[in-house]
Amino acid sequence: MSEIHLQIDGKDVVASEGMTLVDAAKSVGITIPTLCHHEKLEPYGGCRICTVEVEVRGWPKLVAGCIYPVEKDLVVRTRSEKVDKVRKVLVEEMLAHAPDSEQLKVLAEEYGADKDRFDKHPSFCIHCGLCVRYCAEIKKKHAVGFVDRGSNREISFFPEIAGKECWDCKECFPLCPTSALQAAYVLAESLMSPPEEAGGCGCSCSGHKK
Amino acid sequence: MDIKRIDEIIEKHDSEESSLIQILLDIQSEHHWLPKEALNRVAEKLQVPLSRIQHIATFYKAFSLVPKGRHEVHVCMGTACHVRGAQRVLDAVQDATGIKPGETDADLKFSLETVNCLGCCALGPVMEVDGKHHGNIAPSQIASVLNNCD
Amino acid sequence: MTRLSSPEKLECARKEIVAKIDPSKPCISVCAGAGCLASGAAEVIAAFKTELEFHGLTTEVNTRGTGCPGFCERGPIVMIYPGEICYLQVKPADVPEIVSHTIKEKKVVERLLYVNPATGEKVTRESEIPFYKNQQRNILSENIRLDSKSIDDYLAIGGYSALSKVLFQMKPEDVMGEIKKSNLRGRGGGGFPAWRKWEESRNAPDPIKYVIVNADEGDPGAFMDRALIEGNPHSILEGLIIGAYAVGAHEGFIYVRQEYPLAVVNINLAIRQAAERGLVGKDILGSGFDFTVKVHMGAGAFVCGESSALMTALEGRAGEPRPKYIHTAVKGVWDHPSVLNNVETWANVPQIINKGADWFTQYGTEGSKGTKIFSLVGKISNTGLVEVPMGVTLREIIEKIGGGIPGGKKFKAVQTGGPSGGCIPEAQLDLVVDFDQLTKAGSMMGSGGMIVMDEDTCMVDIARYFIDFLKDESCGKCTPCREGIRQMLRVLTNITTGKGKEGDIELLEELAESMGAALCALGKSAPNPVLSTIRYFRDEYEAHIRQQRCPALACKEMIAFHIDPAKCKACGTCFKQCPAEAIEGGKKRIHVIDQEKCTKCGTCFDVCPKQFGAVGKISGEPVPPPVPEEKRAL
Repeated sequence: MSEIHLQIDGKDVVASEGMTLVDAAKSVGITIPTLCHHEKLEPYGGCRICTVEVEVRGWPKLVAGCIYPVEKDLVVRTRSEKVDKVRKVLVEEMLAHAPDSEQLKVLAEEYGADKDRFDKHPSFCIHCGLCVRYCAEIKKKHAVGFVDRGSNREISFFPEIAGKECWDCKECFPLCPTSALQAAYVLAESLMSPPEEAGGCGCSCSGHKK
Repeated sequence: MDIKRIDEIIEKHDSEESSLIQILLDIQSEHHWLPKEALNRVAEKLQVPLSRIQHIATFYKAFSLVPKGRHEVHVCMGTACHVRGAQRVLDAVQDATGIKPGETDADLKFSLETVNCLGCCALGPVMEVDGKHHGNIAPSQIASVLNNCD
Repeated sequence: MTRLSSPEKLECARKEIVAKIDPSKPCISVCAGAGCLASGAAEVIAAFKTELEFHGLTTEVNTRGTGCPGFCERGPIVMIYPGEICYLQVKPADVPEIVSHTIKEKKVVERLLYVNPATGEKVTRESEIPFYKNQQRNILSENIRLDSKSIDDYLAIGGYSALSKVLFQMKPEDVMGEIKKSNLRGRGGGGFPAWRKWEESRNAPDPIKYVIVNADEGDPGAFMDRALIEGNPHSILEGLIIGAYAVGAHEGFIYVRQEYPLAVVNINLAIRQAAERGLVGKDILGSGFDFTVKVHMGAGAFVCGESSALMTALEGRAGEPRPKYIHTAVKGVWDHPSVLNNVETWANVPQIINKGADWFTQYGTEGSKGTKIFSLVGKISNTGLVEVPMGVTLREIIEKIGGGIPGGKKFKAVQTGGPSGGCIPEAQLDLVVDFDQLTKAGSMMGSGGMIVMDEDTCMVDIARYFIDFLKDESCGKCTPCREGIRQMLRVLTNITTGKGKEGDIELLEELAESMGAALCALGKSAPNPVLSTIRYFRDEYEAHIRQQRCPALACKEMIAFHIDPAKCKACGTCFKQCPAEAIEGGKKRIHVIDQEKCTKCGTCFDVCPKQFGAVGKISGEPVPPPVPEEKRAL
């Protein structure tokens, strides 16, 4: 694979074709923050916290570092004034959903985000899609998915599938940067019937499972 | 729920996974909604996860996961209608039917939807009842148009 | 139906069809576009059929339903040939008179003609009506020359000759060269040069390629693509096949929104007819070139107008846009190179091939060539479709063709480019219309919607309207678009309900900047309606925020209706019609609105007789106290 030379935050970087800006930056010790990115999953580019500024033919533009591929002679700025402003607003918007998320708190500190900037929203979900994608791509179970669109978009467990698959898995839980997944699962749990062989009592209490 | 008919629709589209949306549109147009059994059948026949079907069925506006009323009322909220007072028309329809956009009343008489543009901007504001256009409609005329529906 | 297996056979078939046409035989053409159908065109067509039968004229007179000629304001439109007599707003009751007078006695029914409002003169021929006279109708004019369901009509006016020319006289590179020379830019949104997409796709090594018609016309207030695909579906199909030949694609898709049922019917019919004639399918016209095409119905999602979202929908998924760091022309549907252009762009292709790039480039400006169809709607006298050369001014379109603002109202702004565009104020009306000038003014060409607004339109409300539209229409995948729109809508709703506060405008600007990080072009451009109204109408925002006043008297929560006791004649009209029973009245008693009960529906304002004009709107100041009971007697 051919070598590609580019510049990130003033540093010359040699990357190989197909690498993303996040990976190229990492190779020289520059961290671009991410939330929806997961190395085992297909690139997604949903949360946009990895937004960086690149110059293409002299024109600056904002791109997502977790999906934008390295290009020859590209000039990348990971902490320009504009990038920081954008990230601050994005963190504030997500904090309106999940004010207690540890990952968001760290980002808020870094970018001076005010967790009370926007009115709180009842849904915790920040739509990173880690649970949905993990379940589909790694576990191939599709027990949790997105429904609806726009500001009504949310994640939802499908009781028919979740009732069979989720009891013994729950591998997506630690991936969630908020408590949204827990909440969605609890909601779906009441509609699930436990698998026969598990010998559960049929209710959603954890004590009687197994 | 006639599963055989669902199968026919699926076969008409060569049971192709890429025709999923077209299949759902056909089911919607025959039943005026997407019954759960139909969705399960489509998932099984096309070998696609139910999660994808649920996402599609809630993503696109043409689909409904609940039964619709006997009369479908559409109020155009396109920009041309908006500047000609579509919001007032919508308010009057909501008052007359007691339901909000996206809802169906308990008697299954009316379903109310807003639409983005019916493309007959010269007639704005426009209300469409069961496919018939009522152009240049004033809020005060709404009740009598809807009263004519049985 | 015989297959046309060579260009010669196509020409023979054409000659046969033309020979059968008797130019002196009367023909009644009724616009059967969706706009006229909504005003009753189907009933008019039926009335003509009955009436002609009654007079025993069925074989002597042709009737046909044509595509939309554009003058929707005055529909249903009837044209009588020969003579090109144009009747407007025709009702079934007018039909007997038209048949007995115009068809039988060759006389004109004066009362159905267009009356020039400036001179009072009656105009008989369509081409002399100012609305049409000031246009350059290269594309739209074909609509009324044919029955939209007849391939013979299309062949009669030279249809598929461009395809035949391309397949037998031009190499794909020549076609590419001609399109490049014409500098045809995409008519659907951003104005990206068509040839660049075509070339990228052609040069991509993948042998499986697709060409796509984007007929998911989602901009509210835009319906030119619908008029074309309903009225002249074969021209779109011909353009698409030519494009396929140029890029080396053998499969195509036509993505039509299901909200356009007639367009779906007509394009499917056109494909079937073309297949029967050997103009689509295997070995087209005996050239050895194969091309098949499938119609895919859009299920109602504005975002699917974005090319990568549309391609996701074609694959049978929820239409979420994909990052386009690698162009869809290289990696599109199922990762194969895919050329997507909108309806109007494809409609231009056969004409460019037939008449040449030099013909095409004689119209337009340096950077934007050819003509563009706009849908001129809103507060405008002549609502309809307007085709003009690029480079005319907004003023010419609005005043000369559109006939200005009705009701003696004052022009305020024109909105172009749909939810991605912006509002242009009076001061910029002499702006020439092309891709680059509109972008410079903070708006964009978009697909060509032009919504005219007058003094009664509140610009903050318009910004709120578009953001509210996008709240439901965003796919919701990325944070800046989904959350940015949510927060913008909160701020705008606050401002338009009298809860705005200092700093709101700056907050909107900050949110707009963050939306630059959105995944797709729709998200990135979503703040445009907000930014352009702040740029040109900041004073309206400030009046809402600082004085709790809506200068246009449009924002419901910020206005009150009031009956001027000096003007009220106690006619009882508003009293009877108020749906909230909020008006106190009585015989010979001054009427008073109970502000507590009033729902601000505006009915009283609408129905108060013009000569009294007693009902008024108030904003930003207290409502005068009601006239005391004892002083209400007239």
